[in-house]
Amino acid sequence: MRNRIVAVAAGLAAAFLGFAGTAHAGKDLDAVKSRGTLNCGVGIGTAGFMLADSQGKWKGLSVDVCRAVSAAIFGDAEKVRYVPLTSQQRFTAVQSSEVDIVMGNATYTLTRDTALGLDFTGVYYYDGQGFLVPKKLGVKNAKELNGATVCVAPGTTTELNLADYFRANKMTFKPVVIEKVDEIRSAFFSGRCDVYTTDASSLAATRAANVPPPQTFDDYMILPDIISKEPLGPVVRHGDNQFADIVRWALYAMIEAEEYGITSKNVDEMLKSDNPAIKRILGVTPGMGKALGVDEKWVYNIVKQVGNYGESFDRNVGMGSPLKIPRGQNALWTQGGLQYAPPIR
Amino acid sequence: MTDAMPAGERKPLAPPVDETGIIGWGRKNLFSSWGNGITTIVLIVGVVWILNWFLEWALFTANFTASTGSECRGGGACWALIREKFRYIFFGSFPYEQHWRPLFAVITMLAMLVLSADRRMWNWRLIVIWGVGSFVTFLLMFGQIHIPLSLILFVALVGGGIGLALRSALATPSERMAYYALIGIGAVGLVLRILGILPKWSIAIAPLSYVETSLWGGLPVTLILATYGLAFAFPYGILLALGRRSNLPLIKGLCVGFIELIRGVPLISLLIMASVMLPLFLPSGTTIDKFLRAQVAVILFAGAYIAEVIRGGLQSLPKGQFEAADAMGLNYAQKTLLIILPQALRVVIPPLINTFIGFFKDTSLVLIIGIFDFLNTANQALVDPNWAGFPGEVYLFAAFVYFIFCYSMSRYSKYLEVELNKGTRR
Repeated sequence: MRNRIVAVAAGLAAAFLGFAGTAHAGKDLDAVKSRGTLNCGVGIGTAGFMLADSQGKWKGLSVDVCRAVSAAIFGDAEKVRYVPLTSQQRFTAVQSSEVDIVMGNATYTLTRDTALGLDFTGVYYYDGQGFLVPKKLGVKNAKELNGATVCVAPGTTTELNLADYFRANKMTFKPVVIEKVDEIRSAFFSGRCDVYTTDASSLAATRAANVPPPQTFDDYMILPDIISKEPLGPVVRHGDNQFADIVRWALYAMIEAEEYGITSKNVDEMLKSDNPAIKRILGVTPGMGKALGVDEKWVYNIVKQVGNYGESFDRNVGMGSPLKIPRGQNALWTQGGLQYAPPIR
Repeated sequence: MTDAMPAGERKPLAPPVDETGIIGWGRKNLFSSWGNGITTIVLIVGVVWILNWFLEWALFTANFTASTGSECRGGGACWALIREKFRYIFFGSFPYEQHWRPLFAVITMLAMLVLSADRRMWNWRLIVIWGVGSFVTFLLMFGQIHIPLSLILFVALVGGGIGLALRSALATPSERMAYYALIGIGAVGLVLRILGILPKWSIAIAPLSYVETSLWGGLPVTLILATYGLAFAFPYGILLALGRRSNLPLIKGLCVGFIELIRGVPLISLLIMASVMLPLFLPSGTTIDKFLRAQVAVILFAGAYIAEVIRGGLQSLPKGQFEAADAMGLNYAQKTLLIILPQALRVVIPPLINTFIGFFKDTSLVLIIGIFDFLNTANQALVDPNWAGFPGEVYLFAAFVYFIFCYSMSRYSKYLEVELNKGTRR
């Protein structure tokens, strides 16, 4: 009986989603252009990724991807209308055309990419679940955590991953399940649990900004083990491949620019470069913009106004920010990381 | 000779020193017995100790000037965080250079509320105050207002209908003609507009740059959601309460069904329905403003609760009041407006204001659909890694602002009770 109800509900949901997914064939880019602004769905404040600053301006790594798309389409990175969305709303909002892109720090998975009628166009941040521990615990890697008390948020994949990992390694743990992030942090720092587990980016933020005195940043460490894959990507809906292409290549352009050493500071000198690849990227040799259906200066505009991927990473989450997250998996492929953009040619 | 002085010239002796003034009051109230004396001393020591700790934290070791959170760390309260973030907490993502607009919108709304709190304004002036106040508020917030023809026609239709219903017995023939004319123009115009014969036309008032609702945040959002939520929910709740007591089974059934349905689900689920499910039912490309959806959800929800409060008042009236009104030959509208509601509403002031205060605070639930009201902008200020780790200061500040509003409402309720019960007091 229960199964039947679930099946009926799933069928209904699929019908709605299918309806939503197929209803907008090819009109998204036109809609964006005629509107003159890009509707970008952002999550409710996440430090370093999307957060309104003291003046109410949205800033962060995810926000920069929206700005890059806007720069590619309009030649102006500021033509973005930010729509704050909770994690329950974010996919509906893009299915129902309320927004054009969602930068909700959503993990790229098969079901989301297919059954929800959505497309992930790349990965702007490779995240994964990690463990934060006090150094005085004397643990060097996650395999030594047998019997530990673990602080975790309820009802998330984080909780499931945690249970799977400990079961797979034949270890036990005592979960301390707390809903609010602030309360988890204070429970962890006051010693109610030995370990705090969530996405590594968020652990880094916690370690950077929330350690209460007299303890310091250096009293804590993030264990090297990452127990899940959480690639975060921009989300668009099915139906307008050209728009999806622009979103995909706006991010690739940021990564490609870093690879060729094009930064917001030197981009004007780079216009005079003899390197044929750089000439193609910056539109000195035309063709790429036309192929994508945007201005030939699209990469120039992105890099000039937003910066390359490395600059954005550093400014928002990396060493130039309070979070101080090392590049790690998010380094370029040339430096042992995973960020790899197909060539612009 | 020690003759007694005449009685009239004898000066009365002052009472003993320890029976008057502070000392006397203290003896009577604080130290009347050993037990009370000890309790007093313990409590005084406790209060002084807590106050000392609090002032030490909030004032003497507090940091008012730091430019980043790390400078603040280790000392007392970090009020520099509030200094840095208060404009964001009050006005959210509204364009920074234009913060004067939400500021004046808030002032306008407060002025509107204070003016309409005065009983002398409870007549046609109230309509003018709310009309002008709302227009100014939304003009400041949006920057541009387009009044479509269909809205004007709709207002004419409804206005004429209400006028006719309320003044049917008193109106002169020419006044009655005016109402019929309004209804006629409104109805015919709307039909023509729907058929597409009348053009899509609107009055544009656009003195400022347009700011859409997704950029609104902070105090104006809380005030708008609460003020208009309750302003619409109040008459709506009255209608529901009257409908629930109606003799017509259809109206009664609809009202009971609505009230029970809404009261049976949490506000959160209503908000999620409005923000997640509703867009899926709409034809593609049509979106209804998220803020409007939340506002409607608050109105529906508050309406159901207010209806039940008012029903309590209606039921407290003796049947004789209804029968007397009937005997006077009053029609239903006159009976309700002149006899029943004034008495019923007076009885329910305390629970009504209680509901209002509850809803003023409940508006912060809109966070779950991504609208930044005052509490949520305060929450966002906490996420900034440059300033992380001072939740106490931010929540204390938010609590202080909420307290001002809720306490004013509660004082107003007290004033209203005294004011409206003058007739029954001896």
